[in-house]
Amino acid sequence: MNAPYRMETQNLSVYYGKHPGVQNVSLAVHDKKITALIGPSGCGKTTFLRALNRMHDLNPIVRVEGKVLLDGEDIYAPGVDPVAVRRRVGMVFQRPTPFPTMSIFENVVAGLRLVGIRDRRRLFEAAERALKMAALWDEVKDRLDKPAVGLSGGQQQRLSIARALAVEPEVLLMDEPTSALDPISTQAIEDLLTTLKESVTIVIVTHNMQQAARVSDYTAFFLDGELIEFDRTEKLFTNPKDTRTEAYITGRFG
Amino acid sequence: MSLRRRYFRDRLMQLLVYLGTLVVLLPLFFILYYVFVQGIGALNLEFFTREPAPPGEAGGGMLPAIVGSLVVDLLALFFAAVFGIAAGILLAEYPDHPLNPFLRLVSDVMAGLPAILMGLVAFVLVVKPMGHFSGLSGAVALALIMVPIITRATEGVLKLIPWEITEAGLALGLPRWRVISSLVLPAARGGILTGLMLALARGAGEAAPLLFTAFGNPFLTLNPLEPMDTLPLKLYVYAISPYEDWHRQAWGAALILAAAIMLANYLARRATRTGGQPR
Repeated sequence: MNAPYRMETQNLSVYYGKHPGVQNVSLAVHDKKITALIGPSGCGKTTFLRALNRMHDLNPIVRVEGKVLLDGEDIYAPGVDPVAVRRRVGMVFQRPTPFPTMSIFENVVAGLRLVGIRDRRRLFEAAERALKMAALWDEVKDRLDKPAVGLSGGQQQRLSIARALAVEPEVLLMDEPTSALDPISTQAIEDLLTTLKESVTIVIVTHNMQQAARVSDYTAFFLDGELIEFDRTEKLFTNPKDTRTEAYITGRFG
Repeated sequence: MSLRRRYFRDRLMQLLVYLGTLVVLLPLFFILYYVFVQGIGALNLEFFTREPAPPGEAGGGMLPAIVGSLVVDLLALFFAAVFGIAAGILLAEYPDHPLNPFLRLVSDVMAGLPAILMGLVAFVLVVKPMGHFSGLSGAVALALIMVPIITRATEGVLKLIPWEITEAGLALGLPRWRVISSLVLPAARGGILTGLMLALARGAGEAAPLLFTAFGNPFLTLNPLEPMDTLPLKLYVYAISPYEDWHRQAWGAALILAAAIMLANYLARRATRTGGQPR
């Protein structure tokens, strides 16, 4: 099937018990582009993001309705293995999450090694490639066997990105990846995103509108669990169609 | 209130705290001191290398009891670790599992049951079907005492591991069991080790559940299918005997038992201190 978009949601709703966190969202994720999700706290952007690689599966009170298409196929269809979905759709979280008992090298190749890939050369090549993509290689190449928790916060977050990239996902979901970082580390990661999109499709949640404007190609504005507006980033920020979008991006609320 | 008075009250409170600490520690030191003074005289090469002498005769040693303690306790720890860690994982990592309320109830009840009842259970489960006493049945009895301790320790420490670790592992496309076995458990290993050591220390000191399971054996054996002696058993039997020399040896047994349990506790603390930290 020839899908027009890398990912697409159709009438996606996510409920926490009876409370709807995301309602009826249909959104297309363009291939090899950066899509930013913005909106005030509690608007459902993170909830939406986590539905894209079935991270809600672990929480029994969460119910997902509607479709999420990955290359045209519904990842919530019966018989689809969430583990297989997550190998294709990776995720980077708000706070850096190095695995505490592992070295830098072990962290980067964790997704490969723990599914049984043992070939040292192949692991090393994957680690080097992923660390270079995450712009961390030069800083850590001489201490790959050192504990990952010894890195700075910004380095740890780039390590988390490298680790996610090492399994070669098609889509990378990022949940406010710079909100716990200082401006310089934030800058480093933003620079990184623009190079990354040559090889991987990115969906990023950010509370920082300037960041969305700087790095993304498309922007979706969420409010109270609903998708208010979705457009090319420069269009949404310069000429929004909806008055609520305009109110938000001009800083009148949120 | 003047500054001088506040300093005075500060001193006074400090003094009270030190005094309270002393009151708590004194009995412990007294017990250890007494056991040491009474027991040290019994410790000699014979004590560690010989089988016991026949009743009434002087001399002889504790070798079967020392070896038996090691075999029974470690066997018990092995059984208990398998079930206790598994139960702890279920409780902590699958909080909505339908088995959990039942598991928690059983674990809590087991933790509160008198140790001698565990001996009774092991008697029914192992001794009766086998037709005779054995070290194995003693290990089963001790394992029943250890399981709830290990379960609780494992559950507690696993719940301290940040949920983000689990999510990060799952987001890499790892199956749940992989995330638990390769990411969560290693991060928790220090705490789990502590639980194992505490359980070992608790089980190693029990005599009652072994009376009608391990039973005791004056001859050295490494075979847990035969009756076995352990230090607490020997301590009990010798202490109620009419022989002066056996009393002396009972103190010796008490001393090495106390030393071994303190060592286990110390190792448990060390494991906690280094656990979870970068290597």
